[in-house]
Amino acid sequence: MNMKKNQLNKKYNKYVKDISPKPNYLANSIKAFVTGGLVCVFGFAIQKLIISRGIDKETAGTIVIILLVCLSQLLTGFGVYDKLAKYAGAGLIVPITGFANSVVAPAMEYKREGIVLGVGAKLFSLAGPVLVCGYSAAVVIGIIYTLIY
Amino acid sequence: MEYLYVFITGGIICVIGQLLMDATKLTPAHVLVLFVVSGAVLTGLGLYQPIVEFGNSGATIPLPGFGYSLAKGAMEAVQKEGLLGGIKGGVEATAAGVAAAVVFGYAVALIFSPKSKS
Repeated sequence: MNMKKNQLNKKYNKYVKDISPKPNYLANSIKAFVTGGLVCVFGFAIQKLIISRGIDKETAGTIVIILLVCLSQLLTGFGVYDKLAKYAGAGLIVPITGFANSVVAPAMEYKREGIVLGVGAKLFSLAGPVLVCGYSAAVVIGIIYTLIY
Repeated sequence: MEYLYVFITGGIICVIGQLLMDATKLTPAHVLVLFVVSGAVLTGLGLYQPIVEFGNSGATIPLPGFGYSLAKGAMEAVQKEGLLGGIKGGVEATAAGVAAAVVFGYAVALIFSPKSKS
């Protein structure tokens, strides 16, 4: 019985693999490289502009992050970001703008369920896991660093 | 020349994400989490700082850069305040970006309605 089930599973997995479209690794990678690179260059240009106004590098970096976050969330609101991301793939998911997009996109969909439990909760449906894991990593690193410092 | 380094570094990090999504069954959410955590761990091991020095924004704007800020904030705060710093430093260092994403994101989500997917 178990063996039969295993065989069935194997067959099914092979079937899924055969019919699902093969990703075009090279084309996708080139798109991700160019768009991701451009987002970073755009941020770098703004950072240079801010630094030239006499603000220190670290503060400038923070301001750039805030600007990129707000810009990409606005574009998400207008429905532009998701269209671009469909083309660019990871090039618009991996930069911080993709994180900002993942905060807004699910929240907009759940407006019907109210502004507290709908929008308020769904803001964190993707940001939650990122923040939970990120903060945990930071605190663990902080504790280990305290022990060896 | 600096701009070229930024472009290449940012591009390569995004290509790694793209390959992870194409070649494995990882969803974008898993890739985001993986990148933030590995950015933090690499920073803790002292391996991400050289990448930031080379690639500047190309290394800080992709999500491993978020992990970098988290770990760097925690480690710098330990030097000033010990264990308490280690606990709050990472959150403190990234507070501005996270607060902006949450508050501005909330506002945008309330104002705009999702566009029908055509």
